[in-house]
Amino acid sequence: MRLPRVTVAYRTYGTLDTARANAILICHALTGDQYVAETHPLTGKPGWWNAVVGPGKPIDTDRFFVVCANVLGGCMGSTGPRSPRGDGSDDQGGELWGTDFPAVTIHDMVNAQKLLIDHLRIARLFAVIGGSMGGMQALDWAASYPDAVFAAVPVAAAAYHSAQNIAFNEVGRQAIFADPDWQGGRYWQSGAIPARGLAVARMCAHITYLSEQALARKFGRRLQKAPKDASEAIDLFGGMFEVESYLHHQGSTFVNRFDANAYLTITRAMDYFDLAADHDGDLAAAFRGSRTRFLLVSFSSDWLFPTAESRAITRALNRAAANVSFVEIGTDKGHDAFLLDEPDFHRTLAGFLSGCAEHAGLTR
Amino acid sequence: MTTLEPVRFVAKNMRLDLRLIAAMVAPKARVLDIGCGDGALIEHLFRTQGCDARGIEIDMALVTRAVAHGMPVMHGDADSDLQHYPDGAFDYVVLSRTLQAVERPREVLRQMLRIGTRAIVSFPNFGFWRLRWQLLTTGRMPVTATWDREWYETPNIHPCTIRDFFALCAAEGYVVENWLAVDEGGRKSPWRRAPRLANLFGEQAMFLLRNGGAA
Repeated sequence: MRLPRVTVAYRTYGTLDTARANAILICHALTGDQYVAETHPLTGKPGWWNAVVGPGKPIDTDRFFVVCANVLGGCMGSTGPRSPRGDGSDDQGGELWGTDFPAVTIHDMVNAQKLLIDHLRIARLFAVIGGSMGGMQALDWAASYPDAVFAAVPVAAAAYHSAQNIAFNEVGRQAIFADPDWQGGRYWQSGAIPARGLAVARMCAHITYLSEQALARKFGRRLQKAPKDASEAIDLFGGMFEVESYLHHQGSTFVNRFDANAYLTITRAMDYFDLAADHDGDLAAAFRGSRTRFLLVSFSSDWLFPTAESRAITRALNRAAANVSFVEIGTDKGHDAFLLDEPDFHRTLAGFLSGCAEHAGLTR
Repeated sequence: MTTLEPVRFVAKNMRLDLRLIAAMVAPKARVLDIGCGDGALIEHLFRTQGCDARGIEIDMALVTRAVAHGMPVMHGDADSDLQHYPDGAFDYVVLSRTLQAVERPREVLRQMLRIGTRAIVSFPNFGFWRLRWQLLTTGRMPVTATWDREWYETPNIHPCTIRDFFALCAAEGYVVENWLAVDEGGRKSPWRRAPRLANLFGEQAMFLLRNGGAA
C-alpha cells in the first residue's frame, strides 16, 4: 500500500560542512522522537539524548551535523495514525488514519528517513546511530544503503525482535484494546484517549527497560508513605510501594505525549523486524561486501536486548568480513542504560566516531 | 623467504614483540590481531604502514580503551570467535603472547591460517635456560618475570618451547617463513639459525607461518 503523502518531522543540530560529509542520523527508540538534544515542546523535559548529543559531547554538534526524524507511524509530526487520511486534494474532512493506518516496518521507517536525507542533499551519512528500535534502524540502514552509511552504531539492539519482546509488546497492546476509551481505535472522534490502557502498556514496557538490580537499588521494598501504626499497615492497599508509584508516574505522563494507535503501529513494526529473514535466514548476507564501519554496544544488565544479540550481530558481521567494533558496557541499569550517564559508553562512542572521522578524512 | 627489515619506527610504550611483529607485516595489508590488548599494534600498523588492522580482545576494559581510542576492536576470544570469519579474510593474523593461554592452540593456529594467508605467532619460550635451571635445582614450577604466576593461577595453560612449536608446524604442514628468538633484554638472539641454542637462550619466540600448499 502506498501512502498518498508522507510528512517527515525532523530536527537538526550543528552545521553541515561544505562537502556535506559530516552528517549523523540519529534514530530514536519506540517512544522517542526528534527532540534529541533540546527541551521537548510537550513535556518541557530535556532532550532524550542530552547526555550524548551536544557541543563537546560524544556526538559533538560542534563537529557533526546531527539529524533526527520522527519515525513513520509516530505521533510527533511525521505521518502516522494520527495524521489525516487524504492527500489534501480530496474532501475527506478531518478523517484521521487511526487503526486504518497501514502496517509499517522498520525498513519503511528507514526509507522515510532516506527521503529526508536525499531532500537534505546528503549523499553519504557519516554515521547512523540509534539505541533499541533506533539500533534496528541503524542495522537496516547499513544493510539497505551500505554506500550511504560510512559508520553504523546499533546500541542495545538486535537483528530481530525475540519472542519474549513480542510477548511484552502484546501485553501492552491488549491493555490498550481493553480500555473502553480506545473505542476500536476511533477514540479521536470523541476526543477521549485510552489513557488507562496506554498507561498500563507503558508501565509494563518500563519494567523491561530496567534491571532487577536497578529496581532494587532505586526502590527496594520501600513504601511511598510509611504506615503510621499497625492498623494502617494491614490495609492491603493502604501503603503504596515506591516502585508502584514510580510506574504510575511513568504511565500517566506518557499518555499526555503519546498516541495509542501510534504505540500499536510502532510496537508492531518492531515485532516484525527480522533482518536475517529478509536475506534467506543469513544475517551475514545482509552485510556482505559492506565497507561500513560498525560499532555494536550492549549493556551487561540489559535483558530486553541482551549482549548475546549484539554478539550474534558481531559474528554475522565477522562472517561478512566487515569492520566491526563491539563492547559490552558493565552496568546495572538495564536496557535504559543507553539513555543514561554511562561514561564508558560515552567514551567508547566518542572514540569510535573520531577514529571513523579520521578514516573518512573529515577535518576537525 | 621474507627478509626481516630493521625496525625503523619505535612506538612509545609498544612492547618489543609488537615492534618485531610490525616489521614482519607488509604495508597496506589486512591484519587481524588476536588478543590485541589496548590496540597498540593495530594503531601502529594503521598509522605507520597504512594497514587495515583490526583486533579481538577478551578483556572488556582493554576493548573499551581501544575503541575509545578509535581502534576497531571487538570483544571476543581466540578459541570461539575465529570460526566466524570467512576463508582468506586477512593477509596476516597475529597472535601475540596468547597462544600459551588459549584452550586449543592447534585449532586456533588452524583457524588463523584458514582466515589469513599468513600467521604471526609470538610466545614466551618455556625452554629458556632460566626456567630449566629453576626446575632442575628447586624441583618446583619456575617463576620468572615472564612466567610470573604460580602454577595454580596462571592463565598460561599451554606453555611450549621453540622446538615444540617447530614440531607442531611440521606436523600441521605449516611453512615457517621466518622466525626469531629474543633474549631477556629484547635483543634478537645471535642463534637465529640454531633452534636448539635459541630454545635455550631465547626468552621469547616469534614465527611467521603460511600454509604448506599456499604460495
